[in-house]
Amino acid sequence: MKYMLLIYGNEANAQAASKADIDQMLAAYGAYTEALKKAGVIVDGNRLQRSTSATTVRTTGGKTNVLDGPYAETKEQLGGYYIIDVPDLDAALSWAARCPGASHGVMEVRPVWAM
Amino acid sequence: MPDAIAQSREAAETIARRSYGKLIAFLAARTGNVAEAEDTLSDAFAAALVDWPVKGVPQSPEAWLITVARRKGIDAARRRRSAEYAADSVSLITQELQDLAVTVLDDTQIPDERLALMFACAHPAIDAGLRAPLILQTVLGFDAATVASAFLISPTTMGQRLVRAKAKIKQAGIPFRVPERNELGGRLAAVLEAIYAIFAEGWSDPAGTETRRRNLAEEGIWLGRLVVTLLPEEPEALGLLALILHAEARRGARRDAQGEYVPLADQNPASWDHAMIEEAEALLSRASQFGAIGRYQLEAAIQSAHVVRRRTGQSDWTAIEKLYGALAALTHSPVVAINRAVAVAETRGPAAGLDLLDSVAADARLNDYQPYWAARAKLLTQAGDLAAAENAYDRAIGLEADPAVRRFLQHRRAALRQSAS
Repeated sequence: MKYMLLIYGNEANAQAASKADIDQMLAAYGAYTEALKKAGVIVDGNRLQRSTSATTVRTTGGKTNVLDGPYAETKEQLGGYYIIDVPDLDAALSWAARCPGASHGVMEVRPVWAM
Repeated sequence: MPDAIAQSREAAETIARRSYGKLIAFLAARTGNVAEAEDTLSDAFAAALVDWPVKGVPQSPEAWLITVARRKGIDAARRRRSAEYAADSVSLITQELQDLAVTVLDDTQIPDERLALMFACAHPAIDAGLRAPLILQTVLGFDAATVASAFLISPTTMGQRLVRAKAKIKQAGIPFRVPERNELGGRLAAVLEAIYAIFAEGWSDPAGTETRRRNLAEEGIWLGRLVVTLLPEEPEALGLLALILHAEARRGARRDAQGEYVPLADQNPASWDHAMIEEAEALLSRASQFGAIGRYQLEAAIQSAHVVRRRTGQSDWTAIEKLYGALAALTHSPVVAINRAVAVAETRGPAAGLDLLDSVAADARLNDYQPYWAARAKLLTQAGDLAAAENAYDRAIGLEADPAVRRFLQHRRAALRQSAS
């Protein structure tokens, strides 16, 4: 089954982090991504630009509205994601727990709708 | 012909009672879909009631039901596939092939996967309050209304929650398997809690007049035994089984020949099931060797301290008080506090017991909790405060649903006035 691991984190904290902290974090993500590759479970994964770079689009009654900012203004924002292919939820949860995002923010695990 | 119909119906009912959960577990473990397993098995039972009266009850009725249910499941998958042709048919075909690869020829070949089903139902991704209801429905085949009445939730709400929980098992890919050792602890606690809830529901029919409930207690014990067999080194699983066997050993002693309620203190130890007590004691001593105490071991030890009366003529109240103290520290439950107060009254006198009861009296939940008022009435009587005892008995009597217990409390209350006059 394919699962999307959504990484939510506090952007203000990330912004305030020291160079050493950021380097350490990047190294941790690098090692984690490598582990996913070695296990042969990774389908895709990306870090996203900060939510201030987001633009929201909604079409109502044929009229398109474009707004600056993310869909929801919350303290913790989506900062990246992985898509993995594993046998079941337990395997997905176990990968999510090892993602650096789980210890500095929160991970949401969502099964991908199989089409 | 009417005979054949009655016979088939009886055979189907026996299988439903004995093996419902086993069949659901077998079907669901292969597709991950509990709701579909329920639907197809129910279709298979309906087909049996048409087929068996004509052709006779098959040699291996459970295998027959599984074969028919799986065929219905494959039909449903085919219908889904033609309805959503664009969908990835590869996975469905693979699933069908897997389904077909598992051919069950006779009943003895059906593996018992009820424990795996229980772990799926008690998965941390399932809402904690729904785990026991889910196990009752999937493993024991309870309908939503019966489950709802056991957990004091409206049948409609319970029905919706169960449907959502089963959808989550399927959609989120919750696995049907017993967790690995390193993650077993927390996962097992949820399963044990659900088994205890099932047993307690069955034990709450003291007269043993309701077959369904008596069966529930038996199913609870059966599930407890199953867990102990498959996980023989889990002290809390052993503790739970010891606890429910102790309780079951005294099932019959709770009523006298006239059907009147007999409290534990007045029960004749000769009326207890001694073989069952011995088994419980052996389980508890096995559990204690692991040196990891827990709620169920403590509760079983309390039962054990009560039944020493078989040899010594009285319960070991000092041990009981200590055990309730440990249990209270572990659970912070007001219900435990009530039992501890009763034990304290035995060891240190009614005033000390009443002090303890007063310390939990602020908990609003106890206002309409019968055992609180019954304990209070008992201790007030011992303390000689008969007017207050009368009031407490009135509260307890007004809150009791079981007529036999109500009569018992009324007798106690009447005896109060006789002893006072």
